[in-house]
Amino acid sequence: MKWHFDHPILHIELNCEPCNEIGMSMLSFFEDFLQQAPLENAKALIISSSNAKGFSAGADLRSLYEGLTYEPKKSHKEKIENFIDRIHHVLDTLDLLPIPVIAVTHGICFGGGFELALVADIIIAEETTRFCFPELRLGLIPGFGGIPRLMREVSNQTIRDFLLTGRSIQAKNLPSLVSQVVPSGKGLGIAKKMALQMSKFDTNVVQIAKKFIKPEIKEKLHEEKALFIKMVLDPKVQKALESFVQDTSQQPYLPK
Amino acid sequence: MNQNVFLTIQKLASEKFSISLDLIEPSKDIFTTLQINSVDVLSMLTDLENHFSIEIPDYELQDVRSFEDLTNVISDRL
Repeated sequence: MKWHFDHPILHIELNCEPCNEIGMSMLSFFEDFLQQAPLENAKALIISSSNAKGFSAGADLRSLYEGLTYEPKKSHKEKIENFIDRIHHVLDTLDLLPIPVIAVTHGICFGGGFELALVADIIIAEETTRFCFPELRLGLIPGFGGIPRLMREVSNQTIRDFLLTGRSIQAKNLPSLVSQVVPSGKGLGIAKKMALQMSKFDTNVVQIAKKFIKPEIKEKLHEEKALFIKMVLDPKVQKALESFVQDTSQQPYLPK
Repeated sequence: MNQNVFLTIQKLASEKFSISLDLIEPSKDIFTTLQINSVDVLSMLTDLENHFSIEIPDYELQDVRSFEDLTNVISDRL
């Protein structure tokens, strides 16, 4: 994973195997980015992935399972709360950045990866993108702010479809979620042109406009976080995680 | 089995995964024949949805093993 500043555009490029899973390493990367990147001089931020499989497969379930299995049980709640608080802080900060944020998605955009894309003001989806919230397959709900953020973009019916079926939906069937569906491999170039156009506008006006059109969702985020922490500590979740981790069928992104 | 649907799957899969048409037969296992993982399956699913102008929820693929199974899932939605 890396970020660079090509004045006036900041660009985060995700690229870790197997598919940009969000665990401690990704979290630290984003925390460092928020501390070190010249946000005050930037006019837009692009988040994309150069991993061939997709944007991100979501939370690092292998690490979560190992933590719940090998670390003392009494430390689980504190450690999970700490991780969730930190990831929420990162995603909330990205969500509320005073500059436009563009996510460029392709392939797998599942779970926590979908939640990361949802902090963006604009999603440019390559035609291969499939969005999915598979969390209920594990006995969970999304925990990185995905439900409240998705509620801003699509109908409740679509959210129920995502959550209650756990199915993946291709980008072109989600016109209220994605700004443009573009050919495979073209997303980043298109995002850069868009970011350059955005950079022509007055920074203060952009900031005011963004604040006006992104409603406050603090309360819902807090509710979701509390529900997630309660659920993730259920032994049934640990069992489901065990099945996921031990599955060697090469089909981790399909329902079972 | 709907022969037209099978022939379309055969052509799409052959081109997408660079495999000879002859190797794709109705009774053969999709995953081992094409040597694909779930990322490839989802990519093929998107292509099939677009080609047939339908939605195929991925949970309907849970019991799909052969090309004939896949042909039947798609045919049910046409």
